[in-house]
Amino acid sequence: MEFRYLPMTETDKKEMLKTIGADSTDALFSDIPSKVRFVGDLNLKKPANEAELKKELTNLANKNANLKEYSSFLGAGVYDHFIPSVVDHVISRSEFYTAYTPYQPEISQGELQAIFEFQTMISELTGMPVANSSMYDGGTALAEAVNLSAATTKRKKILVSKTVHPESRAVIDSYAKGPNLEIVEIDQVNGLTDLKQLADELDENTASVVIQYPNFFGQIEPLNEVKELIDQQKKTMFIVSSNPLALGYLTPPGEFGADIVVGDTQVFGIPAQFGGPHCGYFATTTKLMRKVPGRLVGQTTDEDGQRGFVLTLQAREQHIRRDKATSNICSNQALNALASSVAMSSIGKHGLKKMAMLNMQKARYMKQKLSESNFEIITQDAFFNELVVKVTGPVSDYNEKLLKKGFIGGYDLEQAYPELHGHMLIAVTEIRTKEEIDTFVKELGDING
Amino acid sequence: MANQDFPLIFERSKEGRTSYSLPELDIPEFDLEDEFEDTFIRKTAPELPEVSELEIMRHYTGLSRRNYGVDSGFYPLGSCTMKYNPKINEDVARLDGFSHIHPYQDPKSVQGAMEMMYDLQESLKEITGMNEVSLQPAAGAQGEWTGLMMIRAFHEANGDFNRTKVIVPDSAHGTNPASATVAGFDAVTVKSNEKGLVDLEDLRRVVDNDTAALMLTNPNTLGLFETEILEMAEIVHEAGGKLYYDGANLNAIMGYARPGDMGFDVVHLNLHKTFTGPHGGGGPGSGPVGVSKELTPYLPKPLLIKNDDMYVFDYDRPESIGRVKPYYGNFGINLRAYTYIRTMGGEGLKKVSEYAVLNANYMMRKLEKEYDLPFPQHCKHEFVLSGKRQKKLGVRTLDIAKRLLDFGYHPPTIYFPLNVEEALMVEPTETESKETLDGFIETMLEISDEAKNDPETVQDAPHNTIVKRMDETTAARKPILRYNK
Ligand SMILES: Cc1ncc(COP(=O)(O)O)c(C=O)c1O
Repeated sequence: MEFRYLPMTETDKKEMLKTIGADSTDALFSDIPSKVRFVGDLNLKKPANEAELKKELTNLANKNANLKEYSSFLGAGVYDHFIPSVVDHVISRSEFYTAYTPYQPEISQGELQAIFEFQTMISELTGMPVANSSMYDGGTALAEAVNLSAATTKRKKILVSKTVHPESRAVIDSYAKGPNLEIVEIDQVNGLTDLKQLADELDENTASVVIQYPNFFGQIEPLNEVKELIDQQKKTMFIVSSNPLALGYLTPPGEFGADIVVGDTQVFGIPAQFGGPHCGYFATTTKLMRKVPGRLVGQTTDEDGQRGFVLTLQAREQHIRRDKATSNICSNQALNALASSVAMSSIGKHGLKKMAMLNMQKARYMKQKLSESNFEIITQDAFFNELVVKVTGPVSDYNEKLLKKGFIGGYDLEQAYPELHGHMLIAVTEIRTKEEIDTFVKELGDING
Repeated sequence: MANQDFPLIFERSKEGRTSYSLPELDIPEFDLEDEFEDTFIRKTAPELPEVSELEIMRHYTGLSRRNYGVDSGFYPLGSCTMKYNPKINEDVARLDGFSHIHPYQDPKSVQGAMEMMYDLQESLKEITGMNEVSLQPAAGAQGEWTGLMMIRAFHEANGDFNRTKVIVPDSAHGTNPASATVAGFDAVTVKSNEKGLVDLEDLRRVVDNDTAALMLTNPNTLGLFETEILEMAEIVHEAGGKLYYDGANLNAIMGYARPGDMGFDVVHLNLHKTFTGPHGGGGPGSGPVGVSKELTPYLPKPLLIKNDDMYVFDYDRPESIGRVKPYYGNFGINLRAYTYIRTMGGEGLKKVSEYAVLNANYMMRKLEKEYDLPFPQHCKHEFVLSGKRQKKLGVRTLDIAKRLLDFGYHPPTIYFPLNVEEALMVEPTETESKETLDGFIETMLEISDEAKNDPETVQDAPHNTIVKRMDETTAARKPILRYNK
């Protein structure tokens, strides 16, 4: 069998073994105790040639209903936005995608500068002075923010609104077990955080309050009121998770006094790809700069005074500080951060607001249409591009029927909120047309009967 | 003000330029400002660049030319397995049916994706000899933490709350002790002996009934197989501890040995290393975990299983440690790894390890003539040299690395592992030809000559790169982490 990724010839092998002074390559494995030496062949599918494999995988891909062929109104943290062609052309440059972490700045200025630009864009969007080079995703970024707040305040109690993405809350719960944090969930009332309960729970042991903006239901949490409550407790930190696209229209969390702002830049140039890889971002105040998890790129000069970029403040990180590091993250999401940078550059300063508003406009059109068809709309207050509608049976039944009509329906809220039976969370992005919305509402109405 | 020979994207920006192509509003307009309290409406637009589409391409193409990847040249960065990234992987990852599917679609509408994931799990089970695999962890470090959380859950389920220690060799990667801390353990170091292997005496000394686990990288970060691994396993298991296998170095042993057969309870793999997920300039990665039967109940949820002919996500796992990441892991990277495994098969993967080890040993024997080799036995997929001799001449390992840049190479990993002075960690990988290895060897020998005869050339390197050595001290002392107009 020939393997196109393996260039050594038999002649090469012989020469090399001679240099090494070994009879066979097997001799190089003699340090493996014979008791655990694996014999025989791994029982895997037979190797496939390139053409055959492409066909096989294309067939597998075709078994999936994809967002290009179906009109999707599914969001809930992962969105179907337009991806400009330039994005894939840039990230397909193999100088980017076949490189690793830019440890050698002299030959990695491209990646370093791209990250520096990403940090700047995130800082601009969130209204925070410092942003890192990326985290795995929005959910783990949020969990790291929670752990950072506990380490900084030396407190254990965390208040997390139930309007935060349910999977992010699940990840927070997992990460909180290490440092033994006490996670207290704050209920939602009409799709917004119950501020009264929040006020009751906030005390001198509270490390941080976690709010999502826009929240999981698409609604706009009153960050100003939350901040006022937090300010009654010294040191308690304000953590906000934000869809960065919404920040094209909404006042950024930084202006409301957030200490840490996190989220996912999937909305900018990253396909849904079944939930990953996406790209977490992590932005903070200057005060927390030396505690930020992950890589940071800083500007400096070389020996000739030329501007350049380096990985910096590495004393926070695992490879220097080991068990005292602020996080264990090593590999991050660099290539996806690059994709988002390209998408943000493409959308640009004015395009961003326009794109955010297009999402909002279309979502309101959806709301109006649903309302005209006598659906009960749950979302009443200010919202971004998602809204909640009540249907008369299990949402999964609706989605099954919608799929047959060419639609991917909304998220079944009952999965995460048992009290919300028959509640569908519908996302409308800029690429959904009037016609798609009209037809979707009509189909939904037909199913409703 | 520093010279700026390559502008930032913000410096290319000009008011009024655009590169976006948004749809027109095809519906009646709503008054948004009516709906929002004024405080929530953003007053100053974020300063994103305003550039044309061509300017974007020129900018990023320019940046790419100021970067260096495996496709640019030899990249023997130890511990990182910088092997070739197959192009078919990139193509299939971009198929609409894989790249444009939503994690919350009805599982019935994404059976193809789930079948791929299931097959990958099965393949990884076979390769590692473990009982079950979860693809959820996003990277190696997250796999480590996931594994330790499962071990913690296991001990706690046995009413064993006093196991506070995780033992980590001094040669371990930094993520090992860091993950132990994040999982709520105290990391305790075990020393290496003069052979570069874990010192069994020291291991016996540190292991006791507080021991939750031993985290072992094998082959270790010196590129050496831990020959006494079975004795180590016994020591730890006898004390009631669990064995964690950092599988970042699996490239050395595929088809030759399996963590499961060596008695390990948890293993993580780095699919972005061994299994060709591209490194992406730092990520994204994927760090699946495999577990023994005993630890299977604690795997993150949901677990992808097969029920009759349907693939389903099983959430009904009461003993699970919960979720470690939203959705189902880095699917796009897992897909690339799967494509690679299907390309190679069992026979091919074994050859991968065979050649990875052959290449490393060949280079090691050629280079030991001029560079100090602290551990002379056969290595596995990588080896660690010491720049001790050159240091005596005033040339440090950092200088050698910088000098390599002048010859068009990416340098090896330097100053890691920490238990070797002036370390140079070389991992050639199996995808490099003998000619490439010979070229690099020749250059290394030439640099060694320079160190003797013309040390300044090495000390002042690099000479040919677009920028010279960077002032990292100022960067850290007065951090500039974003562009300001
Ligand atoms: C031995 C070893 N363990 C763990 C890791 C961490 O993996 P990741 O960067 O994917 O988090 C690495 C990566 O460099 C490694 O070399």
